[in-house]
Amino acid sequence: MVMESASPAYVRKSFIPSQDPPVNTAGAIGWARKRLFSSLGNSILTIAALAFIVWMLIPIIRFTILDAVWSGEDRAACAKASGACWAYVKAYLPQFIYGRYPIAERWRVDIVFLLLAVAMVPMLIPRAPFKRLNGLFLLIVYPLIAFVLLTGGHIRFTGGWLPASIAAPSALRFAIEFALIGGAILLAIGAFARLTGIPVAGSGTMAGIAIAGVACVLLVVGIDFGLEPVETANWGGLLVTLVVAGTGMVASLPLGVLLALGRRSAMPVVRVASVIFIEVWRGVPLITVLFMASVMLPLFLPDGVTFDKLLRALIGVALFNAAYMAETVRGGLQAVPRGQYEAGMSIGLGYWQRMRLIVLPQALRLVIPGIVGSFISLFKDTTLVSIIGLFDFLGQIQTSANDAKWASPVTGVTGYIFAAIVFWAFCFSMSRYAAYTERRLNRSRRR
Amino acid sequence: MKSGRSGAVSAGRHPLAIFNNPTFRGVFFQLVFVAGLGWIVWDLIQNTAHNLQRANIAAGYGFLERTAGFGIIQTMVSYSEASSYGRAVLVGLLNTLLVAGLGVVLATILGLIVGIARLSSNWLVAQIATAYVEIIRNIPLLLQLFFWYFAVLRSVPGMREKWTLFGVFHLNIGGLHAPRPVFGDGAIWILLAFPIALGIAVFVSHRGKQRFERTGRRPPLGWIYAGLFVLLPIAAFFLAGRPIALDMPQFSETGPLLKRGFKAGSGITVIPEFFGLLLALSIYTAAYIAEVVRGGIEAVNHGQTEAAYSIGLKRGQTLRLVVIPQALRVIIPPLSNQYLNLTKNSSLAVAVAYPDLVSVGGTVLNQTGQAVEMVSIWMLFYLGMSILTSLVMNYWNKRVALVER
Repeated sequence: MVMESASPAYVRKSFIPSQDPPVNTAGAIGWARKRLFSSLGNSILTIAALAFIVWMLIPIIRFTILDAVWSGEDRAACAKASGACWAYVKAYLPQFIYGRYPIAERWRVDIVFLLLAVAMVPMLIPRAPFKRLNGLFLLIVYPLIAFVLLTGGHIRFTGGWLPASIAAPSALRFAIEFALIGGAILLAIGAFARLTGIPVAGSGTMAGIAIAGVACVLLVVGIDFGLEPVETANWGGLLVTLVVAGTGMVASLPLGVLLALGRRSAMPVVRVASVIFIEVWRGVPLITVLFMASVMLPLFLPDGVTFDKLLRALIGVALFNAAYMAETVRGGLQAVPRGQYEAGMSIGLGYWQRMRLIVLPQALRLVIPGIVGSFISLFKDTTLVSIIGLFDFLGQIQTSANDAKWASPVTGVTGYIFAAIVFWAFCFSMSRYAAYTERRLNRSRRR
Repeated sequence: MKSGRSGAVSAGRHPLAIFNNPTFRGVFFQLVFVAGLGWIVWDLIQNTAHNLQRANIAAGYGFLERTAGFGIIQTMVSYSEASSYGRAVLVGLLNTLLVAGLGVVLATILGLIVGIARLSSNWLVAQIATAYVEIIRNIPLLLQLFFWYFAVLRSVPGMREKWTLFGVFHLNIGGLHAPRPVFGDGAIWILLAFPIALGIAVFVSHRGKQRFERTGRRPPLGWIYAGLFVLLPIAAFFLAGRPIALDMPQFSETGPLLKRGFKAGSGITVIPEFFGLLLALSIYTAAYIAEVVRGGIEAVNHGQTEAAYSIGLKRGQTLRLVVIPQALRVIIPPLSNQYLNLTKNSSLAVAVAYPDLVSVGGTVLNQTGQAVEMVSIWMLFYLGMSILTSLVMNYWNKRVALVER
């Protein structure tokens, strides 16, 4: 036939024998082939890894679950055990949470924890409404409530500047002094406006609000709500950990922002002072800072003024973290394009307006993951306060493990495992949240 | 005329209109700032001087000459209770450097392994590395230190018993006991072998480079170096007549109960405090270094790897010659941060009573009350370390940095 003869020479005349189907690349087996057994070396690696996991997991599971003691009254239950002594954790749980906080008053701590959860959860959910109100509550109202509830409030201010011959030490003297200082500040602002002709109505109002706010805070702290005062020496456990971490976070962020702005300031004196502050604090270990806070701070203070041990640690932690926070924020400030600063200048905004309205919102948003990262390290670092004799969560566990009532070969390990689980849960959820925020904020830049 | 008048009027109405001048304002605010800061500092100094006087403590570093009167469990230079406070601080300083130096080496090795494992194509290996990083990073270092020291190292046999590793290392609650080298006459030759090996290595690497540029062939420099640094000292050892003897730790299992255990002064003893601290520091920091390494390797464009494969480099060569040199640029700055963190974190030694600078210094501080001086010594040391580290790392960074126009 014509057609057949026209067929070119390179066209095959017969079928080639069928080949085996390609090895399965889909499904579980294909996945395993690709990710676990792609070559001889890989297979050996896989088997070694499997052996490693088995070698690690079996003792862990045996210790924490299979051989563990779950109930008991004292060390007799755990003395012979080869596994974890969860009965001890159960017995000590209230101490781990409250420390030596008086048992009858622990409801106050519970309310503080509960309020924190209630205020935090809507703050962390991006879609929840009233972010601004929520933030105000969390940063101003909540600390005040927590302070009054935890310490018992009713702090007596007696004032200290007016000599006793004019007014005896009393709440009244303090009120007079406060009014005098507040009035002096407002007068100075007024005089400045008068002399220079620069309108300062805004600053005046701000100063007035600030003075009134401080007065309100002092008033609330001074009211006797009938709560029994609880010394901070009796605080302990998770309570101290959260107080140190919480105050550290709240105090270090604004301080860090100020330091970062100072470091990028055009005024050389301010810049140098900020650089020195940041580098000195970042260059030394937190322990020396805590030592310094506990032994040197009392030296710095005038006669008769004493700071609570916990407060000293708080100051140390806050200043230390402010330096780290400053570097994080500086990164954000540097990432805001110069045009944004210039745009602010061109529409006639002053320095603070420019920073508050244009630069900082962008800069802080950029460094949220960094900020959360430094919060995580702050949370982990709170454990160091146990070295200067405060009983935080870890410190409490450390002391309870040596308690004669529960001392057994496994008590300590159990305590540490429990502490590790709790710290891990806190830190891991924070880091996951940071990653989630990063993804969410990245949406506009993603291609 | 008109402009002059308006200027005069404005000057008359606002005698302090100079405040609208940004330069003047800047100077003014800085003066206020300096005055405020100065006042605070002056007040602090006044209070401190007053408080010190009340406590009868003389300011200054004279106390460093006084007798310390306390013992230290690990000393690298001769020290006794009759030594001075200054000597005690020096002992602490050396101990800090020892644990930090070894920690840096161990953490780097472990971190490199874990970081590369996280990028492994083997799913299981990558998952193990990820689990390591996520678990270790999210648990406080102090807790890990307690775990290693109080939970693990306390569960080893007591003073009268031991575990033996490889026949020469022994572990019990007193620490790790190992043979101690005793140097005899001629041991100096072994020491001298190292600089000689270094000299030859420099020469070989120079010639190797020339040969590489001429022929494109890369001499097996790694093997040559290894041979030089191992074989030369060994040769020197035999040539000098085997001048190093080993002092084995002596352990008596029989006899009266109190005499059992390791004989004091035999062999070398690594105290468990050192061990625990070193373990905790290197395992903790390695997790961070692993992330730094992973970030650095991921930052190298994948096209570089593909290009390397396409010109026929093998996997190992690609990693060694193409990926790692480029990754180093990204890795070095954060890596130096981690080294610094490790050094600073070694101050946690105080929690397990390993006598580092902070721990010894704390004892000195408690005995003498010289808080200001002691804190200043701490700060100077750590600040000095951080400056030194950043200098060295910056130099290294400059050497590997991308050369741009």
